[in-house]
Amino acid sequence: MSDFFTMSILVATVASGIRLATPYLLAGLGETVGQRSGVLNLGVDGVMQLSAFFAYWTVLETDNLILGSFVGVGVGLVMGVIYAVITVVLQAQQGISGIGIFLFGLGFSDLMFRRQVGTPKPANQLPDVPIPLLSDIPVIGEALFEHSWLTYLAFAMVPLLAFMLRKTTFGMNIRAVGENPQAADSLGVSVGWTRTYAILIGNAMAGLAGAALVLELGIFQPNLTAGLGFIAVALVYFGAWRPAGVMSGALLYGLVAAVVLQWKAQGIIPRSASDIAAMAPAVLTIIALVVLAGRVQAPSALTRPFSRH
Amino acid sequence: MKRLLGASIPLLAALIAFLFGAVMLLAIGASPWEGLKALLDGAFGSADRLAATAIKATPLVLVGAGITIAFRTSVVNIGGEGQIVAGALLSTSVALAVPDLPAIILVPVVLVAGLIGGAIVGAIPGALKAYASVNEILSTIMLNIVMVQLMNYLLRGPLIDPLEVEAGTRIPQTERLSDNATLPNIVPGVRLHLGVLIAVLAAIAVYVLLWRTPTGFRLRAVGHSPDAAKAAGINVKRNITTALALSGSLGGLAGAILVFGSEGQRMVTDGSSAGFTGSAGFNGIVAALFGGLHPLWTIPSSFLFGALLTGATNLQRVLQVPAPIAIAINGIVVIFVVSSGRLREKIDRMLEARAEFDDTPSTPETPAVVEGAQS
Amino acid sequence: MKLTRHLLRLLALLFSFAMVAAACGADEVSVDVGIEDETPSGDSDDSEASGDTLTMAIVAPSASDDLAFTQSMIDAIDALDRDIDLQVTDGTFVVDDAAAAIRGYAEDGVEVIIAHGTQFGGPLSEIAPEFPDTTFIWGTSSDTQGLDNVFAYYPAADEGGYVNGVLAAAVTQTGNIGVIGPVEAGDAVAYINGFAKGAEDSGDVNVAITYTGSFSDVALMAEAAQAHLSNDVDVLTGSSQAVVGAVGVASENGVAWFGTQANQTSLDPELVVASQVYHWEVVLEEMLALRDGGTLGGEAFEVNLENGGLEIEFNDGFELPDGARDAADAAIDGIIDGSIDTGA
Repeated sequence: MSDFFTMSILVATVASGIRLATPYLLAGLGETVGQRSGVLNLGVDGVMQLSAFFAYWTVLETDNLILGSFVGVGVGLVMGVIYAVITVVLQAQQGISGIGIFLFGLGFSDLMFRRQVGTPKPANQLPDVPIPLLSDIPVIGEALFEHSWLTYLAFAMVPLLAFMLRKTTFGMNIRAVGENPQAADSLGVSVGWTRTYAILIGNAMAGLAGAALVLELGIFQPNLTAGLGFIAVALVYFGAWRPAGVMSGALLYGLVAAVVLQWKAQGIIPRSASDIAAMAPAVLTIIALVVLAGRVQAPSALTRPFSRH
Repeated sequence: MKRLLGASIPLLAALIAFLFGAVMLLAIGASPWEGLKALLDGAFGSADRLAATAIKATPLVLVGAGITIAFRTSVVNIGGEGQIVAGALLSTSVALAVPDLPAIILVPVVLVAGLIGGAIVGAIPGALKAYASVNEILSTIMLNIVMVQLMNYLLRGPLIDPLEVEAGTRIPQTERLSDNATLPNIVPGVRLHLGVLIAVLAAIAVYVLLWRTPTGFRLRAVGHSPDAAKAAGINVKRNITTALALSGSLGGLAGAILVFGSEGQRMVTDGSSAGFTGSAGFNGIVAALFGGLHPLWTIPSSFLFGALLTGATNLQRVLQVPAPIAIAINGIVVIFVVSSGRLREKIDRMLEARAEFDDTPSTPETPAVVEGAQS
Repeated sequence: MKLTRHLLRLLALLFSFAMVAAACGADEVSVDVGIEDETPSGDSDDSEASGDTLTMAIVAPSASDDLAFTQSMIDAIDALDRDIDLQVTDGTFVVDDAAAAIRGYAEDGVEVIIAHGTQFGGPLSEIAPEFPDTTFIWGTSSDTQGLDNVFAYYPAADEGGYVNGVLAAAVTQTGNIGVIGPVEAGDAVAYINGFAKGAEDSGDVNVAITYTGSFSDVALMAEAAQAHLSNDVDVLTGSSQAVVGAVGVASENGVAWFGTQANQTSLDPELVVASQVYHWEVVLEEMLALRDGGTLGGEAFEVNLENGGLEIEFNDGFELPDGARDAADAAIDGIIDGSIDTGA
């Protein structure tokens, strides 16, 4: 019963939490970039499902995990181009068109799966790649440094994106068009193109998130994400539009889910309470935000199309 | 002439969307012409099918009207799914507790229970936003997850049909609900129940509330500019909570109508909210936005999406195409139609050559970030 | 010019697009194969509607290729030794959508309609009397709601669960067996309870059961399996469509897996020990024979080990320890003759 505090269990639980957090993190980081530029994308879940299917299909046919990951990103980029046309060129309402993208992704990935694969077939899974030296550190090494390379990439993106948003001209342009597009425009920043690039980055990362999810599992199923993309969007608000904040949210969500599963496996949580326990990640995320949150301001121009009159 | 061109754009967009759908049907070897026929036949082919379309539209109207209240107060509500489930659970519990009340009392009682259930689950993110600065997009999405688990817990535990326990089959469903709680049909011989009428009345009530009452004025004032509203002595926090509670209550009403207007006559779960709501919590948002966030326009807009949904079920049945193709086509329709809106405005504007109409709400003070953009 | 720079960057993106296209193009060959697997009826509609072809339709809650509940019924219909024109409406859990489909088939004059979900019972009690010449087959349910043109069916899932449990106790070396399920309800409970009883009756083993709370969250199901593994579990089983992810975890860690509802050997030809398979065709055949004789319904059927409706399908690719097969056969005999209580 009280085996929970043995080292091997703790290590396994943390590792499991990190695995669960990876797709949330990738998708959430991408959404952060998009929202910073003033574009809300509620279609993340749909993009993830599409990229997950195509990544899975690619690996099923070619056994090439790297190609599969690239295909995931590519599908994300294609959806990004479409979403940029919808929201930047045609200036459609962002919330509703995102739901359109979600529905399309949900339906089309399911359709393609049924036509091209049919029944769930196992494909290659992402191998765990221990990082030399770091993985030899007792306890921590096994929990943190024996993951797939997409997991490392996800966490490496956190400082990279933070730097990009904070220090580079491109990042500053993104924030500028998200806060006050009129002013940015008058300063010679192309609002449309900046937002387009932010959308492309966001969708590419959603695509990678879909690939990471499906390649970790090695199998596809219709509605594979089960709403994961929507939670990723919620975590952007949890993280107050900062990459590190989104990472905290993703880790909190993943780790709580992993602890709950571990406690269920050990019988610490009685079976009669399994549904109640399954609420834990969602409830704790809200509570954490109540406790931690100060007043955060969303990007002022979020969801507002820009046009020069 | 000019106006005709402007108005034809959304229609054109819908047409292009259906062309996409036609291409997809062709690609999997089905006839698009037969597909269109099946779609229309399924949605409008008989009195019963027309009624099915109206019934499908009912929760969309309610959720959509609720969304309108929230959005007009500048709060987002993506918690429709959870609010529907909450209303359904509370009204179901009530119906199980007092099944023998006469219909004339029980029907209103379960509907009010639905309203209350939805209002509670709506008020939580409202209060969290108003008093604890928790973003409502986050809390409504998370509460959807919480409500699904609560539904699973209740339907496999306290509310389960005793017969299911006895037989050992343990299907997570309630016992057959009292006939006295069933929503009566309003047209003899057609399966068109009272819920449809209630939804239409509720949408009208939302219109009256928002534009004809002091409460509505305050809500819209908060939505227009919280600072100005505050300066005018309006309690912003309480109004934000009220807006989400009202919004949620309509979702809850939709939940009650889904239970007591269903042919299933009991509440059952497949472990997901969509298995019960048919994703009405999301489709309602689409219908509301499509209706321009106006409660009255939400009615025809919901009817349109209701037709698309019932038509799609028939499309699958008649043409034997996989069900997801209908979902994908729905997505394309939403994308194309919503994309055409601004295009139409632009064309209107170009034709009328009258610029300087700014419909984007004014942005608050310029943050420091913009200065950085220059360097 | 600024525009050209942007366009150049977009060109780079289009390169990625081309890559995706290339990936898809490479698989173009397999497209035709996929199509033949599906569309069971469609074209045959007009050509052979008459004669002794039986028109059937099924309305089901999940996908027809889910390797679980719905697929078990589709496979059963395929296995029937009759000329059948089958129409499928799947992925329809929402009761009123299913009701519309059932009613639509009845209006079209389909002779036998399968409502493959307990929750469809409500509308069926209204629809069936409206179409007295149509046979409705409804499950899983142990009674016909008193309707004389409805046959009902249900599985004794605990029986196969028990046998799988006996086998699991023989296979495990650590003595720890992990079970994962979606929500503690329905079929899953019967299977899982039977499994736990079978395992515990046949040795000193510890069975840990996790319900994740979701039927569809594949990733969560996989991590639930991981959590079991960290507790020294070396045999896994589970019920629901989402277990496909858990089978992947079993494969990755070389842990034995037991399947249910459909034969899951295809998910891992080396580690799937055995699957409890539903052979609904056994009772479907009985129902159709009754229908041929003029009885349109009014009876409920159970599929179980005795009537062959449930079968334990072993995977020859997995080498069982000595005596395991005999223990399983003994359990099957015991269940059939009533000497073993599966705890249902």
